[in-house]
Amino acid sequence: MASHGGQPSFLERLDRMDRRWIFLAMFVAVAAPILWVGVTGKTFPEAPTPAVQGAFDAVDSLPPGARVLVSMDFDPASAGELQPMATAIVRHCVLRGHRICAMTLWPAGGPMIDGTMQDVLGDRPDWKYGEQWVNLGYRAGFEGLMKGIEGIADFDLLVSVSAGYAGAKEWVQYSVSPTLTGPRPLRFVAGSTGVQTPQLIPYYPNQMAGILGAIKGAAEYEFLVNEAVRKADPNAVVPAKFQEAQRRMAPQLFGHVLMVALIVLGNVVFVGLRGREARA
Amino acid sequence: MSQFQAGSPVDPAVARRAQRLWIAVLAVIAALLVVRAWVGTEVGSGPSAQVVHGYGMVYVEQKGAMHVQVPASAWAEAVAADPAQRQVTVSWPRTAGVWIAALMTLAVLSFLWRDNPVYKLAESVVVGVSAGYVMSTAVWSSLVDQVFGKLAPGLTKEWLSPGLTVTETDWWALVPLLLGMLLLCRLSAKLSWVGMFPLAFVVGVFSGWRFVQYVESDLLAQVATMFDPLWVPGPTAAATVGGTLCAVLVLVGVLSVLAYFFFSLEHKGPVGGAARVGIWYLMITFGASFGLTVMGRIALFAARCEFLFDDWLWLIDPAGKH
Amino acid sequence: MSRSVAVLVASVAAIAMVLSKFIVPMESAETTVAEWFNAAAAIAFVLGGASLLKMNLLAISARGPGWGYSAVTLLAFLATLGVGLLKVGVAPSVAYPGHRMSGSTDAEGGALWWLYEYAMSPITGTLFAMLAFYVASAAFRAFRAKNAAAMFLLGTAFIVLLGRTYAGVVVTSWIPADMPWVSWLRLENLSAVIMSVFTTAGTRAMIIGIAIGVAATGIKIMIGLDRSYLGAGSGGGNG
Repeated sequence: MASHGGQPSFLERLDRMDRRWIFLAMFVAVAAPILWVGVTGKTFPEAPTPAVQGAFDAVDSLPPGARVLVSMDFDPASAGELQPMATAIVRHCVLRGHRICAMTLWPAGGPMIDGTMQDVLGDRPDWKYGEQWVNLGYRAGFEGLMKGIEGIADFDLLVSVSAGYAGAKEWVQYSVSPTLTGPRPLRFVAGSTGVQTPQLIPYYPNQMAGILGAIKGAAEYEFLVNEAVRKADPNAVVPAKFQEAQRRMAPQLFGHVLMVALIVLGNVVFVGLRGREARA
Repeated sequence: MSQFQAGSPVDPAVARRAQRLWIAVLAVIAALLVVRAWVGTEVGSGPSAQVVHGYGMVYVEQKGAMHVQVPASAWAEAVAADPAQRQVTVSWPRTAGVWIAALMTLAVLSFLWRDNPVYKLAESVVVGVSAGYVMSTAVWSSLVDQVFGKLAPGLTKEWLSPGLTVTETDWWALVPLLLGMLLLCRLSAKLSWVGMFPLAFVVGVFSGWRFVQYVESDLLAQVATMFDPLWVPGPTAAATVGGTLCAVLVLVGVLSVLAYFFFSLEHKGPVGGAARVGIWYLMITFGASFGLTVMGRIALFAARCEFLFDDWLWLIDPAGKH
Repeated sequence: MSRSVAVLVASVAAIAMVLSKFIVPMESAETTVAEWFNAAAAIAFVLGGASLLKMNLLAISARGPGWGYSAVTLLAFLATLGVGLLKVGVAPSVAYPGHRMSGSTDAEGGALWWLYEYAMSPITGTLFAMLAFYVASAAFRAFRAKNAAAMFLLGTAFIVLLGRTYAGVVVTSWIPADMPWVSWLRLENLSAVIMSVFTTAGTRAMIIGIAIGVAATGIKIMIGLDRSYLGAGSGGGNG
């Protein structure tokens, strides 16, 4: 509906705006902070939430040498969110001296394990394959495979970094819940994408000791691990590769602010045009 | 009306202008890439520092039969120590890979402008590679060890999987082979009815598994949490009030949302009131889900941007990779 | 007749799986069936690959618009399958250095690993990353606060969007953090409360409802009432 003289008003032009301008705004909102953080190295401080603290405590409270099953149930599509989580958790286990058994329920998850272990153990020649850690690789068959893992109940902690099906929910259903009423409940910690986090929240804290939700959860966990390293050695320098999630919180901030602004702007346009229609 | 109305998208003049504009844009991008290479990047530090006129390069170090990726600074140090060394070198296959990955990333992002052949090419490549990858992995990780290894352990150990621990033939491994073959019959129009049986087996097994696990984990365990104490004492009065209020709100929320989803009773009176409260809870749940979904999507794009700026263009180096 | 046999197969399989949970001698049956399912799932992938091959060959032979892309898909599929099955470029494992096939098919340095790392991984990652743009466009065009429920939804979204970043800390930094009666109003704390109270309650109820639905469907399959998995029609073979 055009206003005076057939020329569209500002609100109308805004309403009909080519969505590629929005795409450009999102690109700038994400790319610019990445460049800024990459050049300056600055990150925002993190304050851990109870769910992430619970996950950290679950790993930290185990005695050195504890057996931890880490299931990296994701593929490259979700690696942006979940890789920093997997790295932080595995690093924490290594720092605590836990024995790690890595596996994945996703066919394309094998290289995720290799990449994570290489990142964490690259400068740890003292960590021997077969002694401190093993890689079971991809286990097909989805739910059924849990039964194929010999002695899963013997693990002290189960960790699943999960992007969807099969993942954390299936681990809770098939491996964790059956042990809860037994003599040795299996402790479980999950990391999940933002999309999956609301679906897993009800399992916390009764069936799950902690949950890392989205890149924010990964950043909080990284912060906790790095703080623990600095507490043990005030002169320790944390390698930049272990601050990946914290670096990604800068584009998150601007992206989220843009989203809020777009929603507000869209509603201002909507209300303005509706008011004009009512007056006409 | 002329087929080629001036100014319309099919007007050849518009198409020529658009083509010239695209050529200009691509030329500018190519020029920027050349300038980037000419400017170079300093790798290494101290006396081993040197400028590399290039980017998107991957360096590897030979360790036994494997080549392990190392930072460019490791190459600079190795060359400074011994210019003739061949231990740490540029890996041209991996460097080509980084460039292909970067161009494929840009090809997919080009869809944001408009659907185009370059995007379709990238899409075709990923469909083929993904299917091939999943099939290769499934064959080696499941079929070779679980089926062939159990039916012919000697042959499998000798030719395919030397680490196989099975020594005796297990004829029960014919069952999954038979199930799988019957499933393949779904491809044939004449024999597709045969595929009903393995499908029925799979459905039956899944439903039996899920029956127990959903009841145990999602029904009983979740209902049990509703019997947790509503009085939650804390270290301070505020913590006690807060904890107790939260516990009450959770219980009220679960009951009201269940009331909303219970359609066997008309939503009138107390049930209707509870259902209305349930709707508020659901709106808050969906609002939170939306916020978390946005967070996830932006994180994925941030990771791709990092790849382009760090691994490809070498504009930033937050993790010290080069 | 064949449909009845299929329904019986499903029913017996379902009941056996339930009983194996409670009858100790039958526990091994559950493990065995799980292993069968692993292998059958792998064969299902072969089915998927064969289906892909068939569809693309048909598209190429029909020479319809875009048949070239089918050719590219087929080439990529066969090349990946070939290098994956033959373990091209994969170094032998440390335990069996003399055996060419002893290494893992997706080991770093192999051809399959190269295709995964430089073709599959970046393209799939970027495809999913594009959702960030579409979510932004949808936010501008579609999210309208037309009624109170929508306002509740959008208000919560604002709190979570801001509260889970440093923006939330800045916006409500004026609220004292050391006064517990008011500190919960800070956006970062409010978003945590929304997750732990309201989202937990809403999702818990949905989980309970879904569990009841799954149990009901399972019972219907066990007693042969649900036959939807067989598809429409009378099926072939002996009736």
